[in-house]
Amino acid sequence: MTDVLTPVLSANWADERAWKLTNYERRGGYRALRTALGQSPAEVMETVKESGLRGRGGAGFPTGMKWSFVPKDNPNPKYLVVNADESEPGTCKDMPLMLASPHTLVEGVIISAYAIGCSYAFIYCRGEVLHVVRRLQQAVREAYSAGYAGKNILGSGYDLEVVVHAGAGAYICGEETALLDSLEGRRGQPRLRPPFPAVAGLYASPTVVNNVESIASVPSIIDHGASWFSSMGTEKSKGMTIYSLSGHVKRPGQFEAPLGVTLRQLLELSGGIREGHELKFWTPGGSSTPILTPEHLDLPLDYESMAGAGTMLGTKALQCFDETTSVVRTTLRWIEFYKHESCGKCTPCREGNWWLVQILKKFEAGRAESGDIEKLLDIADDIGGRSFCALADGAVACLTSAIKYFRDEFEAGMHTPAWELFPYGRSALFEVADEREGAHA
Amino acid sequence: MTVTAKPGEVVASDLITVFIDGTEVQVPKGTLAIRAAEMIGVAIPRFCDHPLLDPVGACRQCLVEVPDMGNGRGMPKPQASCTLECAPGMKILTQETSATAAKAQKGMIEFLLINHPLDCPICDKGGECPLQNQAMSTGAGESRYEGVKRTFPKPINISAQILLDRERCVLCARCTRFSEQISGDPFITLVERGALQQVGYYEDHPYNSYFSGNVIQICPVGALTSVSYRFQSRPFDLVSTPTTCEHCAGGCQLRTDHRHFQVKRRLAGDAPEVNEEWNCDRGRFAFKSARGEDRLTRPLVRDNGVLRVASWPEAIDAAVAGLRAAGSKVGVLTGGRLTIEDAYGYSKFARHVLGTNNIDFRARPHSDEEAAFLANRVAGTVLDSDTLSYTALQGAKQVVLVAFEPEEEAAMVFLRLRKAVLRNGTKVVTVAPYASNGSVKLKAELVATVPGAEAEALAGIEADADTIVLVGERAAVIPGLLTAAAEFADRTGARLGWIPRRAGDRGAIEAGCLPNLLPGGRPAGEVLARVDVQAAWGVESLPGTTGLDADAQLAAARGGGLALVVGGVEPADFTSADDVRESLDEASFVISLEQRQSEVTERADVVFPIALIEERPGHFLNWEHRRGRVNTVIKQPNQPMTDLRVLAALADAMGRPLGVRTARQALAELDELGAWEGVKVPLNRGRAVLEPAEGELALATWRELIDGSRSNDGEPALQATAKPVLARTSPEVAELYGLTDAVTVGNAEGWLTLPLEIVPAMAPDTVWVPAHAPGTALSELGLVHGASVSVSVPGGEA
Amino acid sequence: MSGHEFESWFPDSGGIDYEDTATAITDATVEEMRQIAARYPQPRSALLPMLHLVQSVEGRISPAGVRACAEVLGITTAQVSGVATFYTMYRRRPGGRHHVGVCTTALCAVMGGDHLLDRVCDKLGIHEGETTADGTFSIERIECNAACDFAPVMMVNWEFFDNMTPAKADELLDALAAGTAVKSPRGATLTSWREAERVLAGFPDGRADEGPTAGEASTLGLRVAREKGWRAPDAPPPVPTPTDEASDNQGGAA
Repeated sequence: MTDVLTPVLSANWADERAWKLTNYERRGGYRALRTALGQSPAEVMETVKESGLRGRGGAGFPTGMKWSFVPKDNPNPKYLVVNADESEPGTCKDMPLMLASPHTLVEGVIISAYAIGCSYAFIYCRGEVLHVVRRLQQAVREAYSAGYAGKNILGSGYDLEVVVHAGAGAYICGEETALLDSLEGRRGQPRLRPPFPAVAGLYASPTVVNNVESIASVPSIIDHGASWFSSMGTEKSKGMTIYSLSGHVKRPGQFEAPLGVTLRQLLELSGGIREGHELKFWTPGGSSTPILTPEHLDLPLDYESMAGAGTMLGTKALQCFDETTSVVRTTLRWIEFYKHESCGKCTPCREGNWWLVQILKKFEAGRAESGDIEKLLDIADDIGGRSFCALADGAVACLTSAIKYFRDEFEAGMHTPAWELFPYGRSALFEVADEREGAHA
Repeated sequence: MTVTAKPGEVVASDLITVFIDGTEVQVPKGTLAIRAAEMIGVAIPRFCDHPLLDPVGACRQCLVEVPDMGNGRGMPKPQASCTLECAPGMKILTQETSATAAKAQKGMIEFLLINHPLDCPICDKGGECPLQNQAMSTGAGESRYEGVKRTFPKPINISAQILLDRERCVLCARCTRFSEQISGDPFITLVERGALQQVGYYEDHPYNSYFSGNVIQICPVGALTSVSYRFQSRPFDLVSTPTTCEHCAGGCQLRTDHRHFQVKRRLAGDAPEVNEEWNCDRGRFAFKSARGEDRLTRPLVRDNGVLRVASWPEAIDAAVAGLRAAGSKVGVLTGGRLTIEDAYGYSKFARHVLGTNNIDFRARPHSDEEAAFLANRVAGTVLDSDTLSYTALQGAKQVVLVAFEPEEEAAMVFLRLRKAVLRNGTKVVTVAPYASNGSVKLKAELVATVPGAEAEALAGIEADADTIVLVGERAAVIPGLLTAAAEFADRTGARLGWIPRRAGDRGAIEAGCLPNLLPGGRPAGEVLARVDVQAAWGVESLPGTTGLDADAQLAAARGGGLALVVGGVEPADFTSADDVRESLDEASFVISLEQRQSEVTERADVVFPIALIEERPGHFLNWEHRRGRVNTVIKQPNQPMTDLRVLAALADAMGRPLGVRTARQALAELDELGAWEGVKVPLNRGRAVLEPAEGELALATWRELIDGSRSNDGEPALQATAKPVLARTSPEVAELYGLTDAVTVGNAEGWLTLPLEIVPAMAPDTVWVPAHAPGTALSELGLVHGASVSVSVPGGEA
Repeated sequence: MSGHEFESWFPDSGGIDYEDTATAITDATVEEMRQIAARYPQPRSALLPMLHLVQSVEGRISPAGVRACAEVLGITTAQVSGVATFYTMYRRRPGGRHHVGVCTTALCAVMGGDHLLDRVCDKLGIHEGETTADGTFSIERIECNAACDFAPVMMVNWEFFDNMTPAKADELLDALAAGTAVKSPRGATLTSWREAERVLAGFPDGRADEGPTAGEASTLGLRVAREKGWRAPDAPPPVPTPTDEASDNQGGAA
């Protein structure tokens, strides 16, 4: 039985200047790279496959399998692209990792690129995190200087260029094909699949796109072995992962634990919901995963259990809201997020979210009419599963789950403004002198 | 309707079986579900889908249910049938049989309509609008949307010709995909994001594309309209007639819409083997010339030096008197606008009525070598799709362009070549002074060539039977080039195509509008050839000596040595406009057959008004030798006379009846005559060497698609989209002459001062200038491609 | 009320501001654009960083910047405009010396972000999307910035300001207005929005070593694990925290 928390990726986050190469090396950093270069790329890939590592960016696709889809006989160059565009509301695990220990990612990039057989790797980091970009840029420079990147890495004959690329503000670029278009200098709009990136990705060449945490997990897997990794977690959800606890909890923060820990366990470790309040609803993996309620506190936070509860593990972004929070208000703000971030390519997402926002505003203001809940659900039905990519599915997920668990609050939206039912100042973490909403009402 | 995903590539073994709404359908592998459904008559609604554009799956209107992908498993979500490739055994349920699909489609149309303005009654598209149709057939009767519609200022000019109403746009991206994927002019693109996404352009760089009109035609709503047609008519008040474009030798099939005896608009027709579903802006918008106040409607005769209106009998009498007086000292210039039937009329008129071989269609710089080449290599060839055609271009491994700019001279050849390059990896090599915009879009390999050195440049290119060599009209002025091209094809096995610039050129050759050719490619100098024609025409003899070509006729006319019968000809189209004017002034007698007042009619002794293209039937032969039917669009009680009818009337009056008066009769007679199978006119290599004079440069030039041609008149919005008028030289030339942003080019005749573009990879010692920019036709200076010109810094020429 | 008032009339959308044609782009800028392009196997990949560079030089996406990008990459100005208008970090009009972002996506909004935005706007006397008359500040409502365990969050010049309150926001703005050096709790000493844009274009400013390794919330789980003696199986026991090469440059600002 493993411990409740298993810091691996986060083990050095409390170190002084953990982002420096020398400090990373002192902890055994780049040992895994040497190990990997002593093996064939196929052996490295096999170890990652065996470990059972699944994508940590939300979809949970087995990482090793994704790598193996890259055709060996394709004459084009192959590319590795790290998705560091962390933007899903509630998700905040990759940024601290890259800020504290960028070399964990860079080492992972080099090992993974070696396994896939590519000579160019990109770290696509969202642009709105200046210091993270600085640390990444510096780590890559250090890796070059130390001979971990560039020509003839550690005398192995293997060459790799690593480029840190800053995005410019678009949630949709977290979708892997949109990210590729963006990395090609285009509008970040999702591409048609097939062809999948593994066959025709960046520059129409075979490309692997992996989340930061997935790639950062690779050095530890190579270092300690596949069975070490798979000894953690549940039967189908292997390994440790980073859970991000946020919202109305006493001590929000990052918790690295084997897959399958429960929110109840994590809440205990963080001191529970803020004093005098209780949990009302939460997301298991960001706003795109259907919300859950206190009745789901004991569900293992793994891929299967979340799917069983009609939601998804997603990015393991556990946003907790207490009883002061208006579900209508929160849902509106999420849908506004999706409206703002919809790329515009497909009709249901572009027009549907535009429409939903207008209806939800009526609910928030207590001006909704009879039939409007059904209208919301019907519009959601026309959006969900009809749009080009999963962005709109995420929007619909938070809306329909909110109505499923808190329909009464939507019904109340037909006569009472949300800010009257749930005075907004009470949800804030600080004293609010004036009740802002009243002034606007 | 296209029913196969990859036309021309289907073999029986590629067929797979799918089930659409329970009906078994066999489709070629790779077929998209939306087209498979069309095959059994199920129209799945769609907006973004277009068979000639890459699938995008953006509008989501065409969702279908897939209960079985062919492997027993269904797809959990409805699928966009425009991106769904059929798989063997796949089961597809459309809106006809699936409540899920129907609901999904209903949802999409509702989404598309929530922000769509209710301006159908004033929208040009109303009545032929896919969105309107779809809203009527499957949309809800009443809107559930109570919110605020998205609004933008409207319309905005994305070019002088194209207007955009962003509110109406459904963001299907057909226009932006066309501009990028088909024509390669991505000056429009999607801008902004999410609900604010819209089609946009960059303000300083309007959507000036030769193909911009196509985006209006493929727009599934009324978001894109033209200045030319906006508010001109309702679609349901128009009568549509299929026809063939009269502008170039591409042979585009068009749909001409008219109302109140006026052509209101022209659209690209549906001709998969020719122009697919596209055309160029000149073909679409340039139909106003001669429809204005300068149109000729009644004959004119010169009376005491002044042209006056005359009756038809009077004009015919005057013309006959003039021709009788001239005897055999007469020449016939037919120009490039004629249908094959009219050209045949002129050819027969010259030989049979006038008794001369002095006939030439080439109203442009030409040569004896070219006449021989045309007789030897072009005349009498027939359409062979596998060898030399649009389809063949699309499948060729390599295409070599010699003295030919497809985007300027044959726009559909350009589009098909671009498709070949992008889809088939065809390599394009261009023998040209620099890589033009069109060449860049074809990713062409430039063999930078000084005008005059094209033959040597061609000789250095590797080629085989998978190569097609295309030569253009300016090859005529490079001594030895056409002969070299023919020999190159013979030596390498490459296929050789000659692509003239004007719609009537190819037909004129078949009709015998050359001094060395009788109809059907028969050498005028061959006795047996003449015997054929004499027998067909029932005449005893035909002139056997080679006639005068156009330049020789004009030279002979100077000083009054020749009378001229002139079809659609403009002095500015020849080498020297002034020489032509002088010849017309001095010719012993001039008969002009014309549609509108011109420099020829001004100088003519008798002028006959001729029908417009929409007022008469006939055919054009395109560069492939494909016949394109010209249909009478506008029918009137007194249909205007065609060239052929006028010539027949003159022939009657001359006492030597033409024997044919209608297009049908003329074509039947030409067909009956058939092609010549005997000895051909031999090639005749030009020997002159073109070299610039000491201290001068070689002039490179060609005509641009939208230029100062009179046929573009009357359509200012089209003319405003022309390329900027500028000269080009290499950096070395610029440095040598101290040129920076402008240059003066000229000769003893005069000067032109133009803005200068410095082109890095340009051929040495060369300056390029457009041949016929508005107001600056090079013929005014007597300059042709390959001429020697001097250049200087503007201001220093005095 | 959410604070996002519903808009439906977009007279200014569709492109950048063409009216103001002033430019500070020089040959050196174009040369730097070429350097960016050289980092990639295909130059067009450089467009996003190149537009960041344009902002660092121009304070916005300018017509001259669009043209320079188009020329260097061999694409059309429309294509550059399509990209420049897609991403929210690209500004149509000049931003302030300090660009202030207040997160108002659901979680931050609920936990006080809405109030913070009001407070910041009131204090500076401008609305979101505007720039103060003296050019010191611009304000933007931002979407989730991946720091939810530090909610509510503000950003200045894309540096984190965690666990914000109205009082802390006041203090921050006052210090910036006074020109006092301000350190991000998880970043460097603030420079300016334009200098930040230059870093995003890939030209480092030498400040990577400033600031801490991680914020309190980031290390919470680690600290709990240490307290409880929890660790991953078979992994070597935690080594003592390295201390050398540590504090000599700690937080050192230029």
